[in-house]
Amino acid sequence: MKRGRSSRLIALFFLGWLLFSFPLLALWDRDLELFGLPLFPVGLFALWAGLIIVLALLMERGDP
Amino acid sequence: MTLPVAVVIAVSFAYLGVLFAIAWYGDRRARQGRSIISSPWVYALSIAVYCTAWTYFGSVGRASVEGVWFLPIYLGPMLAMILAWVVIRKMVRIAKTYRITSVADFIASRYGKSPLIAGLVTLITVVGIVPYIALQLKAISAGFGLLTGPSDPTLTETPLHWWQDSTLYMALALAGFIILFGTRHLDMTERHEGMVAAIAFESIVKLVAFLAVGIFVTYGMFNGLGDLFGRAMNDPAMQQLLRFDHGATPHLYSQWFALILLAMLSVLFLPRQFQVMVVENVDERHLKRAAWVFPLYLFLINLFVLPIAIAGLIHFGPGQANPDLFVLSLPLAEGARWLALFVFIGGLSAATGMVIVESIAVSTMICNDLVMPALLKTRRFRGRSGGDLTRLLKSIRRLAIVGLLLLGYLYFYLAGEAYALVSIGLISFAAVAQFAPAALGGMYWKGATGAGVLAGLLVGFGLWIWTLMLPSIAKSGWMATDFLEHGPFGLSLLKPEQLLGLSGLDPITHSLFWSLFGNIAAFVAVSLYTRASAREASQALLFVDVFDRRGGSEPVFWQGQARVDDLVNLSERLLGRDAARRLFQEHARDIGVASIDAIPADARLVQRVETRLAGAIGSASARVMVASAVDEEPLEIDDVMRILEEASQLRAYSQALEDKSRSLERATEELKTANQQLKSLDRLKDDFMSSVTHELRTPLTSIRALTEMMRDDPDMPAAQRQEFLTIIVTESERLSRLVGQVLDLARIEAGHAEWHNSDVDLYAIVKQAMASISSRFEEKGAALELCGDSRLAPLRADADRLVQVMLNLLSNALKVIPAGSGQVVVDLQENSDGVTVTVSDNGPGISKAEQAEVFDKFRQVGDRDQHREGTGLGLPISRQIIEHFGGRMWVESEPGQGATFGFQLPRNQQPVTGKPA
Repeated sequence: MKRGRSSRLIALFFLGWLLFSFPLLALWDRDLELFGLPLFPVGLFALWAGLIIVLALLMERGDP
Repeated sequence: MTLPVAVVIAVSFAYLGVLFAIAWYGDRRARQGRSIISSPWVYALSIAVYCTAWTYFGSVGRASVEGVWFLPIYLGPMLAMILAWVVIRKMVRIAKTYRITSVADFIASRYGKSPLIAGLVTLITVVGIVPYIALQLKAISAGFGLLTGPSDPTLTETPLHWWQDSTLYMALALAGFIILFGTRHLDMTERHEGMVAAIAFESIVKLVAFLAVGIFVTYGMFNGLGDLFGRAMNDPAMQQLLRFDHGATPHLYSQWFALILLAMLSVLFLPRQFQVMVVENVDERHLKRAAWVFPLYLFLINLFVLPIAIAGLIHFGPGQANPDLFVLSLPLAEGARWLALFVFIGGLSAATGMVIVESIAVSTMICNDLVMPALLKTRRFRGRSGGDLTRLLKSIRRLAIVGLLLLGYLYFYLAGEAYALVSIGLISFAAVAQFAPAALGGMYWKGATGAGVLAGLLVGFGLWIWTLMLPSIAKSGWMATDFLEHGPFGLSLLKPEQLLGLSGLDPITHSLFWSLFGNIAAFVAVSLYTRASAREASQALLFVDVFDRRGGSEPVFWQGQARVDDLVNLSERLLGRDAARRLFQEHARDIGVASIDAIPADARLVQRVETRLAGAIGSASARVMVASAVDEEPLEIDDVMRILEEASQLRAYSQALEDKSRSLERATEELKTANQQLKSLDRLKDDFMSSVTHELRTPLTSIRALTEMMRDDPDMPAAQRQEFLTIIVTESERLSRLVGQVLDLARIEAGHAEWHNSDVDLYAIVKQAMASISSRFEEKGAALELCGDSRLAPLRADADRLVQVMLNLLSNALKVIPAGSGQVVVDLQENSDGVTVTVSDNGPGISKAEQAEVFDKFRQVGDRDQHREGTGLGLPISRQIIEHFGGRMWVESEPGQGATFGFQLPRNQQPVTGKPA
């Protein structure tokens, strides 16, 4: 079970790494608006919040 | 619109006073053993010491020039914390096990407790961290100037002489405060609970203050985020801030990547982060929550950075005010002076938090890893026996704190004006990143050697100085900039910011690439071509396999002769008398001897003393001190292997012992359940026996009484004699039936009964049983009917046994039905599961309570008269038979409505043999 959590964390790390790198990051980099807000900063913060939520779920659920 | 100087100073000192009170309270509670920092939330908040004046003031400054590019510095820690449970937990475990005091100690301890490596790491830290401390001083000083000075933020101050500069006095005041704060303890330990409590408090203050100014600016001065971003998107200059690609420079993604990597490594190896995250950790399980709360903190404190930057640009116009101070100048411009003061206190929190932890951590490193080894080298110092050294240690640390802050001031005075806050901070980050290969490599790669680390650190640090530090000094105007533009001696390939002609990268990315590349290359190459010494090899094992060790099977890599008195003396000198005494008493208790005098001076004691001393003076110095106090035999690689083998053998033994005791426990448990089962069976048997004897005695008693009467009275009338004899015959029949049934039941229960299974037609069996009992029904004037399905698929069963069951049910029914008007209906139903047979009578019925007992042995319900014919075993035997064929038997009845006994036989039966009732 502990091994399971470690592997998931490592996978999440690489996912986060890819999300914040070229070319996935470039997908957001457009002159678009979302509810009147610029897409790129909003996208960055949304990705960030998503990572925090997944990390919190991984860390808080069950004991290793 | 400004505030009086006296007010700002008074509030600032009052705030520091509050911090001091919190620290004092935290320390007091720690001494009482009721820690206030033993919470994952406090731990996470203390890690937020990562957010310094750089975050607080500098992020807005950077965002107003480069837009979203302030973010990688916080995305790096986000990614690093995803791996906290994997990497930081290992660091915490190692640091706790070996009482590591600092990042220098961590690296040096891994590579054979080398004083040389400890010294080098400390040196790099000091050189690298000084600009960072300067950054904090600059931020407080600029904020203070803005808050109290001319209201026009564009006005530049006239240069002052250094002795007129309030920043110098501020630095000295801070140094005094930190000395009071961090080095008050009499006992020397690596942990500072009060400090952590104060830092956690500061993290709350700076977050609340920053959110307050963010909300004030966004919703008070402007009409929310939509308004601010809408204006920015309509302005071509500001539009750039909201995009990743500014279009100007190439290699943007490399720079983005470099900044994330830089921040990721910094959050692990900055001295203050190592201090709060690893050294001050109370419980490694706290990492679970801190791993996501700390990124959440970073997320929140960055939410309003872009809005404030845009608001500042709109309000003041580009280039009209120092963007680093927008958080202060915006509320001031609106006349919100008290909010500005609160925001300044938040900034003070951010700056002092960093300076406090950083200078305590670095002063510990300077004392343990730079000054102590030098002192230990001098013969005079080593020869001096006795004498308490704790005072000396504390003085060294205090001097180091003052020295650090003065160096920070010096850098601020010399170079501070030339750079924005963020650029200064990044220089420090790049220096600290040099520790990553040595530390991470040491945690996961046993082949890494001290020589490799030395080579890597020297190359990396050298490249850092050449490509980043020297250019930063030169650009401040304190050195000729010739070498920047043309290279040293005109060698353009060696130009610091375009090394080997690599151009197109910004200075940070350029320097980070070359220094880390050189560092890792040298570290790996030299490690592969050198042999680790015995001590390095042993430390490598202890570090890399730290999670494999549990209990007392840890190998102790030491051999030689020691005397307890020498070790006691040494401990008293370095720890103080009381702490030393406690240490030896604990050891005596742990190994189970009565007093300190009875402790054997073995390797385990030496190891314990050395580890404890390492907590006070660092592992490298502790190693030297212990070696000077005992008579050591040099450790060879063969010894390391032998000790390791012994330890692993010991571990194997204890593992085997554990397995044995576990299996014994299991066997005991099994025996216990078996015993309980036996006991309950025994009780059942006793009950059965007493019931049987009771049932046997009733007919025997009447037989005996009647025969005695006939013997004693020879003149008994023939008619009466005849009647008695009839009773005797009936009772004897009942007796033999009873004995037969008891035997039968016993055979079935024990699984010894003979079953003659064949394909049987249940309809025929029911018919047969009814035929054989029909005469008795006629005698009683009762009707017996059969209804339901007549054509049934054959079942696999014992025909005689089923006839026995049917007869039993029918004769039971016969007993209860009223004479003359009795009626019994037998019903057969077939469905997919099997066949159901019911026998319904119109007798008096059975109450619910009696229904539960009707299948118990010797339990007869109804009138006593009817009992004479029954044995009380018919129904239990019938049920046993039905259950043997995998079926079930039941009764349904309402008093006064008659009773229905039924059984069901499944089609795919699995015979149950020898099943107890």
